[in-house]
Amino acid sequence: MDLDYSQFLSMSHEVSLVVVLIVLLLADLLIKNKKAFQYLAIAAFALHTVAGFYSYTDLAGDAFAGMYVSGAAQSFVKNILNVGTLIVFFFSFEWNNNENKSGVGEFFFLTLSTLIGMYFMVSAGDFLFFYIGLETASIPMAALVAMNKKGTEGAEAAAKYILTASFSSGVMLFGISLIYGACGSLYFDEVQAAFTNITALHIFALVCFIAGVGFKISLVPFHFWTADTYQGAPTGITAYLSVISKGAAVFAFMSILYKAFANEPDVWQNILWWLIVITITIGNLFAIRQKNLKRFLAFSSISQAGYIMLGVYASSQTGMSSTIYYILIYMFTNLAAFGIISAIENKTGKVGMDDYNGLYSTNPKLAFAMTLAMFSLGGIPPFAGFFSKFFIFAAVASSKVYGDYVLVFLALLNTIISLYYYLLVVKAMFINKSESPIETIKIDTMSRVALLVCVVAILVIGFISSIYMNIYNISDGFAN
Amino acid sequence: METITNLSPIILALPFLMFLFLGLCGNKLFKSNPNIAGWIGTAGLSVVAIVSYYIAIQYFWVEGKGADAYQQFVLFNHEWLKMTDNLVISIGFMLDPISAMMLVVISTVSLMVHIYSLGYMHGEEGFQRYYAVLSLFTFAMMGLVVATNIFQMYIFWELVGVSSFLLISFYFIKPSAVAAAKKAFIVTRFADMFFLIGILILSYYTNTFDFLKLTAVSDGHATLVNTKMCGEMFMGLSVTSIAMFLIFLGGAGKSAMFPFHIWLPDAMEGPTPASALIHAATMVVAGVFLVARMFPVYFFEAHDVLTIIGYIGAFTSLFAAIIACTQTDIKRVLAFSTISQIAYMFVALAVSGYTSEHEACLGYTASMWHLFTHAMFKACLFLGAGCIIHAVHSNEMNAMGNLRKFMPIAHITFLVSCLAIAGIPPFSGFFSKDEILVAAFEHDKVLYACQAFVAGLTAFYMFRLYFRIFWYSENPAHAHHTPHEAPMNMNIPLIVLSVFTCFTWLDKVFPFFPEKITADRVGYELETNWIIAIASILVAVVGIAIAWVLYLKKNDKPDMIAGKLKCLYISASHRFYIDEIYLFITRKIIFGGICVAIAWFDRHIIDGFMNLLAWISRELSYDIRDVQSGNLQQYAWGFLVGVLAIAMFAINY
Repeated sequence: MDLDYSQFLSMSHEVSLVVVLIVLLLADLLIKNKKAFQYLAIAAFALHTVAGFYSYTDLAGDAFAGMYVSGAAQSFVKNILNVGTLIVFFFSFEWNNNENKSGVGEFFFLTLSTLIGMYFMVSAGDFLFFYIGLETASIPMAALVAMNKKGTEGAEAAAKYILTASFSSGVMLFGISLIYGACGSLYFDEVQAAFTNITALHIFALVCFIAGVGFKISLVPFHFWTADTYQGAPTGITAYLSVISKGAAVFAFMSILYKAFANEPDVWQNILWWLIVITITIGNLFAIRQKNLKRFLAFSSISQAGYIMLGVYASSQTGMSSTIYYILIYMFTNLAAFGIISAIENKTGKVGMDDYNGLYSTNPKLAFAMTLAMFSLGGIPPFAGFFSKFFIFAAVASSKVYGDYVLVFLALLNTIISLYYYLLVVKAMFINKSESPIETIKIDTMSRVALLVCVVAILVIGFISSIYMNIYNISDGFAN
Repeated sequence: METITNLSPIILALPFLMFLFLGLCGNKLFKSNPNIAGWIGTAGLSVVAIVSYYIAIQYFWVEGKGADAYQQFVLFNHEWLKMTDNLVISIGFMLDPISAMMLVVISTVSLMVHIYSLGYMHGEEGFQRYYAVLSLFTFAMMGLVVATNIFQMYIFWELVGVSSFLLISFYFIKPSAVAAAKKAFIVTRFADMFFLIGILILSYYTNTFDFLKLTAVSDGHATLVNTKMCGEMFMGLSVTSIAMFLIFLGGAGKSAMFPFHIWLPDAMEGPTPASALIHAATMVVAGVFLVARMFPVYFFEAHDVLTIIGYIGAFTSLFAAIIACTQTDIKRVLAFSTISQIAYMFVALAVSGYTSEHEACLGYTASMWHLFTHAMFKACLFLGAGCIIHAVHSNEMNAMGNLRKFMPIAHITFLVSCLAIAGIPPFSGFFSKDEILVAAFEHDKVLYACQAFVAGLTAFYMFRLYFRIFWYSENPAHAHHTPHEAPMNMNIPLIVLSVFTCFTWLDKVFPFFPEKITADRVGYELETNWIIAIASILVAVVGIAIAWVLYLKKNDKPDMIAGKLKCLYISASHRFYIDEIYLFITRKIIFGGICVAIAWFDRHIIDGFMNLLAWISRELSYDIRDVQSGNLQQYAWGFLVGVLAIAMFAINY
């Protein structure tokens, strides 16, 4: 059978990333100077990112007989992932130069491998293809989590991650096979047509599938790995896990729910309703008690995942666009927080909340940026996080169902609780006194640039309405 | 047309960028030489002024003239927030006769104030901040007048409020300045609340914020408002009237109409040039501009409200003029005079008709014209007062006297402006005020009588001010500390503004006015009604003559008269105790009565709920912490139980 090579044209994101991967693999062998290699890697990936922006509107089509689909929304999400990954690279620069000197090549290769897996998840048109993408994104991640070779924490984190991942992927594969059994196909379009006349089999298949993705997004009760893994992994990787990996999974999850299961939204909306409430609440309740900032952000990100799912729950064009918008803003906000934690950890090795007491007196700029990130995560206007929360609540509240208002109300109550713990960090930095505050540190230029980008994004994105309008226009919405 | 479309964004963008630049980097970059910040601000504003003049001239002479009326151009209209299909907030630029005129007013006065402040604010702490806020104000005021929709206007309306707050509290180490800033902000915000409610009512019925749609007129009706809101009643009142009255209340707050006038005299705590710009020439006329912008709706759909506006205006102008006669702080005199003159403009709008075919439309034209001339001469008066305060280091009249020999330029420009505000020909104020009186005369004799009397009062208190400053008896302290003429960069703005005041009446020189601005934008040929003109000149001359007798030289006649009218004098000099009434209402009734109940509710019900939430969170988080044990088998167990539980739930649902 002849292969139609023109279909690769619609995969230009993936093709370009594979080229970058191959180049880096060769360069790792040839270039002995690790710093030079890092510059090359970042430059190559930056080039790929910029190229992605150029191919951003006119990409539409499918490949592999519809297993791969690409459109404006998919392209946009991939661009978000690219930008986020680039910021992570910037933040990890210092760490790669010191602690991880021996593993720089692996760091880039593995990260980009997971990224390509996420591309496939985002562009999947078929459950198997989605599954392959998910696995490609998961397995190298375990190696990344274990990059911290000193001490046992990294190994423990990686073990917990990979074991839970394989467990959940088993459950999900089981669900997918049940879907095939119930519907006779794995293509989203065909599943959509066949997923009617719901029986227990359909529902159980759906639940298994949701559990598998729920692991990636860290929805309660599939979240247990999150805190341990986030804490043990190198901070850059934690940031990557909490933002990029989660963002890709949410979008893929949304497009599958909106496509394959579009005929029976009630079924999964009921499930999501409870999952969201439990996720936000449990995430908050655990976050309140955390003393380690990485663990703290792990639970915060669980709770944020619940908020993102609100947009998915809304099942409309507004729901889709507000979800993508939330991912975009959450990315900048969370990366800013992680960037600061990572910079301070690299210099001083401190990650405890108490260590941050009095940070404002010694590092006012970092404290200020951290405050912005916390305010934005808490959804305080006029920072970007407010706008993302606003749109996502508006999307849910615009439906006429009574239960949706209850959901919004519960989410709002939880926002109040979350404000408490986000402000704890701010209080530590500005109000608490400390005998030995973190000394004045000077962070490297790369992190500084990335931090600046994040801070500017937090401050202005909400006001540039064309961003949201643009996302709204490319969101193809529910069931088509 | 293309040129002005392309140029128009500069008017908004440049002041905003200057605000960001001076506000963010000003203190750091120009630490050693703050004057550079002032020069940058002034240079930027000169560009804005040139562009504004260019656009206004192009509009009035070339582009604006349509077949039978001046056209309304929307140069750009960027959709900013789209909440729903109807609820769209745009940021745009509308060019029509009144906004083109306002561009000229704002940019002229603002530029003069920028130049003047180079001298006046020289060496002040926070010089860069001052210029940053001036730029912010210019940006906000420009955005307000060119707004394409009422919501944009509201946004910029609040922004001018903020910049006014920042400038009043410029000397924030002075407790009185802080109190004045708070007062101004709270009072205007209180009024703005009504404005917002009015906007929401109006847009709820009409489904739009857009001025073009709201003010479109056909067959003697503001079509959209008429079709959507006609016959809607609420508690026996027409909803249109309620909405339009609420909107007017917003304008009354900004324009310091009774009973919202209390903030303006206190706002004089700010630097004098800022008072000249914000609290005399531009921001305080925003309310007049608002009513003029919505005039077709007021005229056709809510004429009762327009009548109320007229009476509120007349009362305020009389009331403020009486108080102005008794004040001894020169800036307070000017502040009350401003209130009184703005009230004039409201009266003029209230007595106006819509079409240009007969004399009826005169009020609208006169109101806008008076806005223009008043901006020029009142800014000149304030800046002159600034020079005087600069020279004698006091606001009190007693510290002055006989200053004409020390400060000739300030003296002449001040005199010109006083003649203008008193309504003596051929200065600008005579013409604009005369048209207002003619319009009032034809519409409502009561309003005419009141306004003519106020004109006399105005002449009296302005010349009282003038004689007390420049004649009267010299303050003995001057022997030790001789007052001196202000530097050139402070005198030039005075001269420029007084030139405007002298020659605005020459239509051929400054052809913005008055014929081109009418409610229906057709244009109108003005004629001076000499009978009324002579009457008003007589009134003014009488006012001046009384001031001459009483204040040219130091004598005991003023005290004698004050003694005879003791009751009136004391209450007027205490501003008729309006502030005390406010304090009584807020302290005793609201804080002492209503607030106690609300505070109880807040403390026990709202806070109690929050405390409950916090308590539950704390207890729960304590109880469930063991779930996150770090034990992997337990995690897998939880995962599996979760799947099964959800499946059970979903299947049974």
